[in-house]
Amino acid sequence: MNLALAAFVLLLAAVPLLGTPDYFLHLGVTSMLMAVSGTGWAMMGRFGLVSLGHGAFIGTAAYVMAMLWNEVGVTPWLGLPIGVAAAMLLAFLLGYPCFRLRVVGHYFALVTLAAGEIVRLLIVALREHTGGSLGMTPRLAPDAPFLAMQFSKTGFWWMALLVWVFALLVWWWLDRSMASRALAAINEDQDAAASIGIHVTREKLRVTIISAGIAALGGALGAQYRLYLNPESLAGIGISLQIVFGAIAGGMYSMLGPSVGAVFTIGLEELLRVGFGTVFIGAAPFAYGILLVLFILFLPRGIVGFLLRKR
Amino acid sequence: MDPFLLEALVNGILLGGVFALPVLGCNLVFGVVDVVWLCYAELVMVGMYAVWFLHTQQAWPLYLAFAAALPLVGLLGVLLHLIVVKPLLGAPPINQLLATGGVLFVLQGGAMLVFGTDFRSLGVELPPMEWHDVFVSGTKLAAFCAALAGAAALWAFLKFTYIGIAIRAIARDREVMPLMGVDPRRVYVVASAVGGALAGLAACLLVVQLDVHPFIGLSFGPITFMICVMGGLGNMLGGFLAAFLMGLIVSTGSFWWNTEMSYVIAFAFFIAVIFGRPRGLFAR
Repeated sequence: MNLALAAFVLLLAAVPLLGTPDYFLHLGVTSMLMAVSGTGWAMMGRFGLVSLGHGAFIGTAAYVMAMLWNEVGVTPWLGLPIGVAAAMLLAFLLGYPCFRLRVVGHYFALVTLAAGEIVRLLIVALREHTGGSLGMTPRLAPDAPFLAMQFSKTGFWWMALLVWVFALLVWWWLDRSMASRALAAINEDQDAAASIGIHVTREKLRVTIISAGIAALGGALGAQYRLYLNPESLAGIGISLQIVFGAIAGGMYSMLGPSVGAVFTIGLEELLRVGFGTVFIGAAPFAYGILLVLFILFLPRGIVGFLLRKR
Repeated sequence: MDPFLLEALVNGILLGGVFALPVLGCNLVFGVVDVVWLCYAELVMVGMYAVWFLHTQQAWPLYLAFAAALPLVGLLGVLLHLIVVKPLLGAPPINQLLATGGVLFVLQGGAMLVFGTDFRSLGVELPPMEWHDVFVSGTKLAAFCAALAGAAALWAFLKFTYIGIAIRAIARDREVMPLMGVDPRRVYVVASAVGGALAGLAACLLVVQLDVHPFIGLSFGPITFMICVMGGLGNMLGGFLAAFLMGLIVSTGSFWWNTEMSYVIAFAFFIAVIFGRPRGLFAR
């Protein structure tokens, strides 16, 4: 399994060298980055910690990175980790009181939803710096593309691949650790878990911060790749639900599930876009929504979960 | 007192009245069926489109279009319950939440497919009223009165009808009521229908104030859920009061600052409330 995965990663790394058309490179980069965010979300989602506000973390990281570059001139190579750190700090500030005060289930989902909306509205409100709803573009630097992290699709392909492998490694590491057992126990029964000595708040907080960081990494890198930031597509309820959909469709209980889900959702979106063009502009979310409902009704463990059970 | 501040306060109360209906509907469904309809604001959007379509495209008189929107969205609520929620009643609560989130996309996409992304306006406006330099939009005032009437009708329904009492009983104790001879599945359907009809009524009140477009649900959906949670999920009176509190925060916030910041303050207030009183402001 691991050998096959390593071979697959090597194969992916070779794809841009084979003269693959830009269009497919673009789809690949987008899918991989979406997969990173989905994997990050599922790290906590699979333990019943359902966040509907991962857009808050993505938006924070992306805007911190882009504003550091535009206003201060800090290279995104530094700005990206700073942005991700800011997102993790936000996750801590949000998560600590939530878990300490036992905000769970619906309440937790709605608190995170509010957090996502707050970040989106703050971006819109601070329009002198962020461009508001019109969005912003990182300042172009044609003379120093490497420093500005503005390179070709091929370059971003490798970056995305690297980040994706990193996200999978984090998942693998988390899955093997005691933390994963502890979180599974907490998901079953929080009080019972606490009674056998599991530090509930600390375990939940740790996985939340890691999850936020990974999701923010994928999302911020995606913004850097597109060279366009927009509050609607980076923060708020829309992107948050999209991440969740990808992870659910692929299957949030297995390592590759969210990645399969990301490929599936982006492939579906493209298929609908190419198939219907701009005539039926609502066809994508329509089909999306129906599939999401069908998945939850009939395949709650997602595509990968279904395939693994059959075997 | 500064007439502009007074105006902001009055508008806040009027806004609270508009928030109150979807909050009551959401709370009713949650209290009875124990499921949060994440697509509640999109049901309201469908109702708004229905009124707009019947009135401007089919030339129905406004009151007939209003009268049609209520049962239509009520029916939609029943369908939502039967098709999506009912099969998931035994599933983890998060699956129910996410499934209704899928319906959110379906309704949004459907509205885009049918009506396009243009902003549609009903073009109805009542003259503003003036009282000691304070101007109040006549449309908003009428909508506020209708919202109060709707809330009163809901209260009477829950208080005096047999099925209303059964609804309240189920919300109070899910295990015991079936033993008393109440069929919970029927009560669920009725609660979904009433919850949907409340969305339809909210749609009638909103469509005279706002232009309708496929994404309008996102503009008041999140705050609706937050008000529900703030008042205590399933707590009707708490939600009703919290709606006015939120309305006042939003309108005075935009008086002192700007609209986005007023919502930021409102959402931050919500998070603070949840940390302070996790079961809602008015939890007993």
